[in-house]
Amino acid sequence: MGKKMSDTAVNNMGTQAQKLAAENNPLITADGIPLKQKLAKTTRKMKMRALLLTMPLVLFIIVSFVIPIGQMLHRGFYNPAVSNVMPNFSIAIKDWDETTGEMPSDEILKVFVEDLALARKNREVGKTVGNMATRINYELPGSRSLFTKTARRADKITEGPYLDELIAIDKKWDNHNLWRTVKRASNDYTISFFLAALDLKYDENGEISRADPLYQIYVPILMKTLMLSALITFLCFLIAYPVSYLLSTLPLRTSNLLMILVLLPFWTSLLVRTSAWIAMLQTEGIINDIMVYLGIIGDDGRIQMIYNQTGTVISMVHILLPFMILPLYSVMKTIPPSYMRAAKSMGATNSYAFRKVYFPQTIPGIAAGTLLVFILAIGYYITPALVGGSDGIFISNLIADHIRKTLNWSLGSALAAILLVVVLIFYWMYNRLVGVDKLKFG
Amino acid sequence: MQGAEKNNMAVNKSATDTSYVRFENVQKSYDGEVLVVKDLNLDIQKGEFVTMLGPSGSGKSTCLMMLAGFEPATHGEIFLDDRPINTVPPHKRGIGMVFQNYALFPHMTVAENLAFPLEVRGMSRSDQEDRVKKILDLVELPQMAGRRPAQLSGGQQQRVAVARALVFEPDLVLMDEPLGALDKQLREQMQYEIKHIHENLGVTVVYVTHDQTEALTMSDRVAVFEDGVIQQLSSPESLYESPQNSFVAQFIGENNKLNGVVEKVSKGICQVRTDDGTLLHAEKVNVEGVGDKTTLSLRPERIELDPPKGTKNVVKGRVEELIYLGDHIRVRMNVAGNSEFIVKVRNRADKRPLKEGQDAKIGWLAEDCKALDYVGQL
Ligand SMILES: Nc1ncnc2c1ncn2[C@@H]1O[C@H](COP(=O)(O)OP(=O)(O)O)[C@@H](O)[C@H]1O
Ligand SMILES: [Mg+2]
Repeated sequence: MGKKMSDTAVNNMGTQAQKLAAENNPLITADGIPLKQKLAKTTRKMKMRALLLTMPLVLFIIVSFVIPIGQMLHRGFYNPAVSNVMPNFSIAIKDWDETTGEMPSDEILKVFVEDLALARKNREVGKTVGNMATRINYELPGSRSLFTKTARRADKITEGPYLDELIAIDKKWDNHNLWRTVKRASNDYTISFFLAALDLKYDENGEISRADPLYQIYVPILMKTLMLSALITFLCFLIAYPVSYLLSTLPLRTSNLLMILVLLPFWTSLLVRTSAWIAMLQTEGIINDIMVYLGIIGDDGRIQMIYNQTGTVISMVHILLPFMILPLYSVMKTIPPSYMRAAKSMGATNSYAFRKVYFPQTIPGIAAGTLLVFILAIGYYITPALVGGSDGIFISNLIADHIRKTLNWSLGSALAAILLVVVLIFYWMYNRLVGVDKLKFG
Repeated sequence: MQGAEKNNMAVNKSATDTSYVRFENVQKSYDGEVLVVKDLNLDIQKGEFVTMLGPSGSGKSTCLMMLAGFEPATHGEIFLDDRPINTVPPHKRGIGMVFQNYALFPHMTVAENLAFPLEVRGMSRSDQEDRVKKILDLVELPQMAGRRPAQLSGGQQQRVAVARALVFEPDLVLMDEPLGALDKQLREQMQYEIKHIHENLGVTVVYVTHDQTEALTMSDRVAVFEDGVIQQLSSPESLYESPQNSFVAQFIGENNKLNGVVEKVSKGICQVRTDDGTLLHAEKVNVEGVGDKTTLSLRPERIELDPPKGTKNVVKGRVEELIYLGDHIRVRMNVAGNSEFIVKVRNRADKRPLKEGQDAKIGWLAEDCKALDYVGQL
């Protein structure tokens, strides 16, 4: 009995001592190392291993994603065509103050003529006079021939005044705005391409202003891309909602079979699917044939449903539909039928129960599906290219044009960067409205 | 007190035979091959608490769903207040319902959940608030109005579910295993509370459970289901004291079984020869007559160790296993060829303790032993 008492007393003292220690200084393990240090040491290995395991993915993302996108963004601002071709001149022109209204000094023009003569002999890819002329032509349309023509005769000019000699070759050199544009283009970093992508330009006075109506193409196409994407998203939602509902309520065996039908398009090539729509929708195609056969339209009144916006919308709704169905289905699957039953047992009609009980619970799926489809649609390229004609193209098709055909990579990059920003803005608004942590993708 | 009166009223009413809910020859099949409910006949009086008790898959929920209107009856008719309701859609039946997973709407607060049936009925905002406040007081959750169901504990969710089924003052409330998700202690507390609410409000409750203790403690009457058939419908007491067949005897409470053949019947008492030759006396319940095979049913607490002289049944058994349970000792014995024979021996200082392997004399009254339908090999 006595022994027991003293035992508890010792124990009490022990816990009190511990409490005191915790208040005054950090906890110490049995071997005298502070607990925090010891814990960090024992978990370090685990952390290292977790890091090693994620390393391949991190590297892959950096190499395949972060670097290319970074380069693209950089490319939109950076275009060294002039300094590549005429390195000395691009430095010398910096000394000219264009705001005074005077032409560049003779010394600067001397460097210009010498560099031009030298550049003409350069055959290195990307460093020819042609490259530079193209670059300046972006800013001052129609100026390309001036540079190639002058370059051919540059080595004939031996002494000044150089401006007069240049004017002798072509009167266009007697133009303050031309030289201002040349100076601007000599800078490696420029926002000209972003201005162009937003249908803006530098005017004669060097101020930023709207481009000529004839050249305003990018903003309208971007707007059309957004409008059509919104329309496609909405149509996808209208079709996918009842389909997903059916899938989620059918017995598993039937719903699995139907799910395969939904996913079937994923297993065929995008090209094949789009081509199938061409066969369906063209004026001599199946749908027109049927309508003519049924007498809905006359043979001479066949409807143009492809190579325009209609074609783009129809085939993209079809192609993007699974991305709407899957998140909706996965959310609906988790809503037990007892909710609707509970609502009805409390006196709600079918439609009231649907509106107040079922629909609100599917919002995370709707949000995920619409975000997915909308963002995929904004950047879509192949389908509009194949079935969009000239009317149903998206901004991506213009980007591709600049990258592959006109080789104006800077403008392509600027357009792509703007598209990226638009997507991010939408994502941000979405996050504010719905909350991304509430989305359910599947 | 008031509740007891209500119960009496229900009993009186049953005498005049005006049932509130009536199942008439109801059958139900989901697939056209198997009858999940076979010829169900059931009368429930107004204000009664009736429990459907049975193993999983016996068709209890199906009956409830037919009553609520979510499943059509394949055959037969269901009456509510003497009106056939087979063609009445669920939202017009005015039946409150508590689901096993509670089915509280996750996107609404507790108050919104409770106001839902009132909103549906077009009740004014202020009336809604009054009702919600009153019902929250009843289930003792007045502070929880603004919470979401996910922020409540299981027991609190359960109370809200009950409150929601009651808030629009239905005359009939159905509950499908409403306490299944709760731990034992909470379940017992909620049993009491639901019973209390039933007594206070006087609503008719049809309750489904597979837990016999729950059924016995809460109900006025219990319908024991098996395989789509009601095996017995009676008060908890008579269910335990006089089971009508072997299934009920087996399903309700603990039960010893002995197989034998009826040799003689007189004054409601059978003489039964067990398979190993012992002669026993049992009350005739569910056997035809002499020559029938029968299974005797006997509650472990009705068996006495060292029975007094004159006890009708006295046999010897060998003690196989002893389990000490404090207030009593569970003794597993080998009696008349059954080695799973359980005897509950009260823990008393004056009785000498049993030992494993020893022989003991046990006995019981003929009335405590029921001769029921033969269930086959034990
Ligand atoms: N919706 C349904 N479709 C097909 N069979 C069902 C359905 N609901 C229940 N069943 C079947 O009916 C039988 C009885 O089920 P149920 O009424 O839920 O039993 P309990 O509630 O007593 O456990 C079970 O065999 C079950 O498989
Ligand atoms: Mg059930």
